[in-house]
Amino acid sequence: MKSARIVITGVGLTAPNGNSLAEFRRNLLAGVSGVEWMEVRYMGQYPAGICHFDPLKYQKKKELRVGTRAGSISIYCAREALADSGIDFAAAAKDRIGIYVGTTEHGNVETENEIYAISKFGYDTKFWSHYHNPRTVANNPAGEVSLHLGITGPAYTIGAACAAGNLGLIHAAQMLRLGEVDQALCGGVSESIHTFGIFAGFKSQGALATHADPRRASRPFDKARNGIVVSEGGCLYTLERLEDAVARGARIYGEIGGYCVNSDASDYVLPNPTRQAECVRKAVAHAGLVPSDIHIINTHATATPQGDIQECEAIRAVFGAGCPDTLINNTKSFIGHCMGAAGALELAGNLPAFSDRLVHATINVEDLDPLCALPGLVLNQARGAAKVDTILNNSFGMLGINSTLIVKRYVA
Amino acid sequence: MTKDECKKVVLEIIADIAPDEDLSQVKAEVRLRDQLQLDSMDFLDIVMELRKRYGIEVPEADYPQLASLDSCGEYLTPKFNALPAKP
Repeated sequence: MKSARIVITGVGLTAPNGNSLAEFRRNLLAGVSGVEWMEVRYMGQYPAGICHFDPLKYQKKKELRVGTRAGSISIYCAREALADSGIDFAAAAKDRIGIYVGTTEHGNVETENEIYAISKFGYDTKFWSHYHNPRTVANNPAGEVSLHLGITGPAYTIGAACAAGNLGLIHAAQMLRLGEVDQALCGGVSESIHTFGIFAGFKSQGALATHADPRRASRPFDKARNGIVVSEGGCLYTLERLEDAVARGARIYGEIGGYCVNSDASDYVLPNPTRQAECVRKAVAHAGLVPSDIHIINTHATATPQGDIQECEAIRAVFGAGCPDTLINNTKSFIGHCMGAAGALELAGNLPAFSDRLVHATINVEDLDPLCALPGLVLNQARGAAKVDTILNNSFGMLGINSTLIVKRYVA
Repeated sequence: MTKDECKKVVLEIIADIAPDEDLSQVKAEVRLRDQLQLDSMDFLDIVMELRKRYGIEVPEADYPQLASLDSCGEYLTPKFNALPAKP
């Protein structure tokens, strides 16, 4: 069991530029950004990635009134993933399904909303909502999926800053290998655009993107990049052991190849390229591969001046020479930084490359920063690849958490 | 305010709290929980909305008085009528 092969059999997502994998992929290949202006409480207009899925497709109005945006995004993604997977959910043992949802943060939105609401009543706390605690507990997004679907297996969130989306998948693979569950709904979500605090925090750090045209605000690797576009989003997958997927004739998107999660142990916010490179190397080794076997690297780069350079430094250290088949892209240039959803969404945007062998670009690069000029960087236009057998997905986060996930093209 | 007007106010609050429910057939004499999908958190919502919208306080010991529209009318109408007149 511990060496069981784990495969992806369903994808459900909402991104600022697409509410299904097909729409998302189409827009990534066509260079369509999903970033737009958003009014941020107390701050004014900022570029942000907003999702436009229909929450009433699966939820009742009362669920939306009581629950959270992160819960709603999670439910939408979970239902879409299950439908996509072809799993006979009615017949499935609900106590053998695990829900593992990566989040960067949770509860800031709901707390800010309550403080704003009681400000209208002279800050009298007798007007504080009795829903505050169930809305703000850290497991809320996963718990809402459990409630909505009647899933009685383990359901919890994984707090891992902006590495969380990858960790949802990694943790699910581990639980499947341990035999703790038979199916997993896993990935990451974010509702972060609804808290002014995250915008104000990045602004105070000098790391919040601005641009006259919001679609061009997120520009990793460009010389004039000036910070992060905050976005919401979600992406949950169904993961299963290969034998179970094959037995039910499932379509297989890809196989979990290898992974690594490590920590910088060096700074609250500044990345550490040495530890990042170590994370990538260990993931490649865990997958039983060498760097030249990696065909797509999806970078974490968030368009901060320093962070992009440091990730490039880490990639250069591992893939420096002798990797002619390795192409490199970045999904945040289209959708901004979807925080807890970032790793999961960015992987999804690349998964179809196993069949169409197209590598989506990094858009908005008008003047490539020489310090980010990696060989194999796909700039502004999608391009074809000779072969795509492996995707390496980087996601890093504050407090120095690094994650690298490798997914392989499925070969029976 | 008459009792009927009071029941209408309560029904307006319930319409916001339970937006998926059809309230056209609600029977005033039947317990709300027996005819609508309302749980204990929803009743706390009714208490909160009475507080926010009208400044009416319902002490916890009196929550059973909100069981049906009729009992709401009996219990809340005097409270509405005791509110200070709006300037």
